[in-house]
Amino acid sequence: MEAIYLLFILMLSIFVGFELIHKVPATLHTPLMSGANAISGITVVGALALAGGPHSEYSTYLGAFAVFLATINVVGGYLVTDRMLAMFKKK
Amino acid sequence: MDITILINLSYVFAATLFIFGLKLLGHPESARKGNFLSASAMLLAIVMTLLDQSIVSFQWIAIAMFAGAIVGFFAARLVAMTAMPEMVSLLNGIGGLASLFVAWATIEGGSSLTLFVLVATVLALLIGGITFSGSLIAWAKLSERISGRAVTFVGQAIFNGALVLAILVTAYMFVTQPTDPLYLYLAMGLALVMGIMLVMPIGGADMPVVISLLNSYSGLAACAAGFAINNNLLIVAGSLVGASGIILTKIMCKAMNRSLSNVLFSGFQAVVKSDMTIEGEVKPLSAEDAYYVLEAAQSVVVIPGYGMAVAQAQHAMKELQELLEENGAEVAYAIHPVAGRMPGHMNVLLAEADVSYEQLFEMDDINKRIENFDVAMVIGANDVVNPAAREMKGSPIYGMPVINADLAKNVFVLKRGMASGFAGIDNPLFFKENSRMIFGDAKETLNHMVRQFAD
Repeated sequence: MEAIYLLFILMLSIFVGFELIHKVPATLHTPLMSGANAISGITVVGALALAGGPHSEYSTYLGAFAVFLATINVVGGYLVTDRMLAMFKKK
Repeated sequence: MDITILINLSYVFAATLFIFGLKLLGHPESARKGNFLSASAMLLAIVMTLLDQSIVSFQWIAIAMFAGAIVGFFAARLVAMTAMPEMVSLLNGIGGLASLFVAWATIEGGSSLTLFVLVATVLALLIGGITFSGSLIAWAKLSERISGRAVTFVGQAIFNGALVLAILVTAYMFVTQPTDPLYLYLAMGLALVMGIMLVMPIGGADMPVVISLLNSYSGLAACAAGFAINNNLLIVAGSLVGASGIILTKIMCKAMNRSLSNVLFSGFQAVVKSDMTIEGEVKPLSAEDAYYVLEAAQSVVVIPGYGMAVAQAQHAMKELQELLEENGAEVAYAIHPVAGRMPGHMNVLLAEADVSYEQLFEMDDINKRIENFDVAMVIGANDVVNPAAREMKGSPIYGMPVINADLAKNVFVLKRGMASGFAGIDNPLFFKENSRMIFGDAKETLNHMVRQFAD
């Protein structure tokens, strides 16, 4: 049942994603992509439990490396998106 | 137990904020706030996850987060706006690799590896690996560390078919025998090779499609990792990113009048040579003479291409725009979806030069009223204004939506010399009755006009 429930979440959020992103104008497509990159850094949440969990040492190292990578995505993605959006000005 | 519920509630809240953040990204005025909301959601999710009681050691977490934050901070500060496609490619790749490592660590942690978890894990490994190596190749092509040409070889289709088969077999073996690390390593290795094989045959001009697609993959990899570790937030956030990448891929394909499979696999087919030649005479014009026309113009539309960014001419253009406006002319910019090297790239480059987003128009808006413009200035663009797409059946770009610059009253084409564009197609626009070529470096030409206005 767990699997079905997760698939439900997947299906619904894909629909939400399509609806939301269709409305983003072409002007903002680059910030949208870098912002999406930052969001995909959400894997950091999964990596944290693995890096700090009571598993094998090997698993800790792998998890820690995943935390490192995902943090680059999160910090780099949000900051660069903000830097771009700050340049968009009204007349 | 209480803390788990609290953590999950915060995940629900974070997912809501992600969705609101993306909604606000729908308008330039609210976009910055949307990005901030999304970042707050991320911070909330990270802080709440750290409260999880199954986390016993913070030493490695602290080191990894600190190092990642430093790298991310400097990358975001130092990157040039022209290099944004490379940056996004690298971030795509890093995201894919992070999902691969989450999946790998899940296997090594090995607590409750049910069949469902194993299938999700192998998917995260494969998609993550393909995203990583594919993005690296895309990055190398964009930054011209390797040739941007489509790389093909004899038997490529057969090789790729065998590769897909090998991946399927390895994935099956891994799921049935998860304790044998051989299949784990084999699956990762094959995924990395697959990523390289996917992007190598795609030419430089098609990079906007590839970046969008890899963006989508990085989201899907996060999604699969979410299934592997049973985390709702990863699934929601990952699928939002996946959907965004797919939509952008679709828009880019449409803008080039090609199907996705055509972009991905056209490198395997023989190139269609068109034996049509375009005959005519190009009429050069000096910057001085162009100035007199511009001075009299009531309305000017600027059609920039990536060549403008290469020549760093956008700041000179902005100066000229201000002078034209002082002179009473209306100035609009017409942006083709593939004018830059990734979706929306040209808009960012112009925003950097302080051009207001209200003056940037999409192709369809401008095409409706292009006849009313006194002058169309084509700067460093070629294929996106090529009338052959409209009137020459049999041209390789026939059917591609283009900006109809040739319909404006006068057309100025600022061009370095008479070479054809990235797609290698002759452009009949240069021979039209109403078009004039202004040869030379775009930045110098524009500066010349600016000086004349000042006099």
